[in-house]
Amino acid sequence: MTIPNGPDGPTQVEIFRRMALLKANDDYTRKMVTGGKLFIPYYSYRGQEVIPAAAFVNLTDQDYLCTIYRGIHDLLSKGLPLKDLWAEIAGRKTGSCGGKGGPMHLTYPEKGVMVTTGIVGSSMPIANGLAWGAQLSGDGRVAVATFGDAASNIGAFHESLNMASVWKLPVIFLCQNNTFGEHTPYAKATSVEKIADRAIAYGMPGIHVDGNDPIAMYNAMAEAVARARAGEGPTLIEAMTYRFHGHVFGDKDEYMDKDVKKQAIADDPYPRFRAKLIADGTATEDALAKIEADIQAEIEEAANAAWEAEFPDVAELTTDVYGEVA
Amino acid sequence: MSDTDTAVKPVMVVAAINQALADAMADDEKVLILGEDVADPEGGGVSGVTKGLSSRFGDNRVKSTPISEQAIIGAAIGASLVGYKPVAEIMMMNFTTVAMDMIVNHAAKLRYMSGGHTNVPIVIRCMTGAGFGTGGQHSDFWEAWFSHVAGMKVVLPSCSEDAYGLMRSAIDDPDPVLFIEAMPNYWTPFPPAETGHRVPLGKARVRQEGTDVTIVTYSRMVNEALTAAKTLAEAGISAEVVDLRTVQPWDEETVLASVAKTGRLIVTHEAVTPFGVGAEIAAVVQEKLFGKLKGPVVRVGAAFTPVPFSKPLESAYLPDAAKIADAATKLVKG
Repeated sequence: MTIPNGPDGPTQVEIFRRMALLKANDDYTRKMVTGGKLFIPYYSYRGQEVIPAAAFVNLTDQDYLCTIYRGIHDLLSKGLPLKDLWAEIAGRKTGSCGGKGGPMHLTYPEKGVMVTTGIVGSSMPIANGLAWGAQLSGDGRVAVATFGDAASNIGAFHESLNMASVWKLPVIFLCQNNTFGEHTPYAKATSVEKIADRAIAYGMPGIHVDGNDPIAMYNAMAEAVARARAGEGPTLIEAMTYRFHGHVFGDKDEYMDKDVKKQAIADDPYPRFRAKLIADGTATEDALAKIEADIQAEIEEAANAAWEAEFPDVAELTTDVYGEVA
Repeated sequence: MSDTDTAVKPVMVVAAINQALADAMADDEKVLILGEDVADPEGGGVSGVTKGLSSRFGDNRVKSTPISEQAIIGAAIGASLVGYKPVAEIMMMNFTTVAMDMIVNHAAKLRYMSGGHTNVPIVIRCMTGAGFGTGGQHSDFWEAWFSHVAGMKVVLPSCSEDAYGLMRSAIDDPDPVLFIEAMPNYWTPFPPAETGHRVPLGKARVRQEGTDVTIVTYSRMVNEALTAAKTLAEAGISAEVVDLRTVQPWDEETVLASVAKTGRLIVTHEAVTPFGVGAEIAAVVQEKLFGKLKGPVVRVGAAFTPVPFSKPLESAYLPDAAKIADAATKLVKG
């Protein structure tokens, strides 16, 4: 396994493009929810964009992803098209799941998006199975399970890490530690200082990384992906970040320390990375502004297409419960 | 039938399931087996259902797992999403509770929630049943729970031929199938199935024809119902015994045709009576045959208690041939 040298210039710009896409999509979604246009329980990921943006440039469309209800950033970075996303969260028949899944169950196998679960911790046991399939097929794919810090306290986490290690599965457990499990702060619910330390108990490497630093995040994931592709087994990554909004967008978030939140928003990694790329000559202001403008147009086009699209026919209610028996 | 006639030599249910798994694995390299102790170094399953399979098909396709039911079902679901056909053993039915989230929230629903873009062709095998003194946490029949979940299929064979044919169909099926094996039936010899035999899921079998009363049942209780039918015949009551074989989906057509003929229905199962499969069948039968019934639909199930340990309590808990015959006699003779 080689130690990564870090992302080159074009890769850094690609990471930025994804960050811009994720941030703008969250901003626009909150606007639509606030305005009453979109009627969904919305689990904002604002503040956590760097993790999938930087991590997933190490993946191909053939690699697998299992994510969770706070996972639209993961899905977009893995390649879920905006039009399929917006039509689905608007409950339209043109959505990625024909309107039957909604924002918590987005699925898009063409890009390796196999499962989005609304159950805390449940991305991990299924990611193991995807990785087992890849291992049996010998096709070099890896599976990624994303989850939050609180999910490391549920049994599925422990069962999954143990089995993945015993079976040497090509799977990456990517924990997005945003310091809250719903409303409860990390220290009140989790027995260890670092979730990465729990890897020791399962005989696998644990990486603790600043999930708001695109370069560090990229490198951590590159190392884990290389290990998995080399047949050397799973990795637990704990990426530190912060959730700018409450558990469900619109809740009173009085359980979040106001000063900590204020500081985290002041440290927003998005403008910082943007400024860095310009300062070190990796990209120009014009180039990044164009990326942002193009993305904004794409999001609005996708959302507008969703509003125009038809709802599913009620006859669809009873389809897809069971398949056709051959 | 003679002992030298191997073509019709009876086989035990445990051997029939083993043969079905072996034939499915030989026919399709995507068929996998996983579960606690399923590989040969660990005994080929605690009841020997998977004996010989890891030696024949390799450790990659037949994997003993940690005692981690969520991880077992999760691994089966994930592999099934990418083209494999895993048969996951959850040793005892009671242990499915540990994996309930994976089974109910994920295996059963992924097809629907993905709008048909993914499906979960897995078989979950488990054994259960009172009679071995295994008490409150190793003996329950919970087929009604799983039948209540859209997306699940639930199968309960009563004999070797059906066990083979239902297992082959369950593995062929594109959706999750819970395959419930009655442990007290494992070592009972029954006529064998032909290689490759399939029993379509959702098709009942009339095990004995009759005209006075229909007894609908499945799993080990089929044997009790057939014994009861003999007793009833001696008393001049002609009972028809219908083996559902699959409870989700259940064969409404066969049951309704039988009850339309006899006018009387008893549903009997080893599960506790309240809110059971019998309640669902009774509801549908009264709805569709209201004017044709000659008496109330009667349920003969287990007592509404946890499964007790002590033998006299266990016997009192369980439905059996005598209880079925009593119920049928009261129903027919009034």
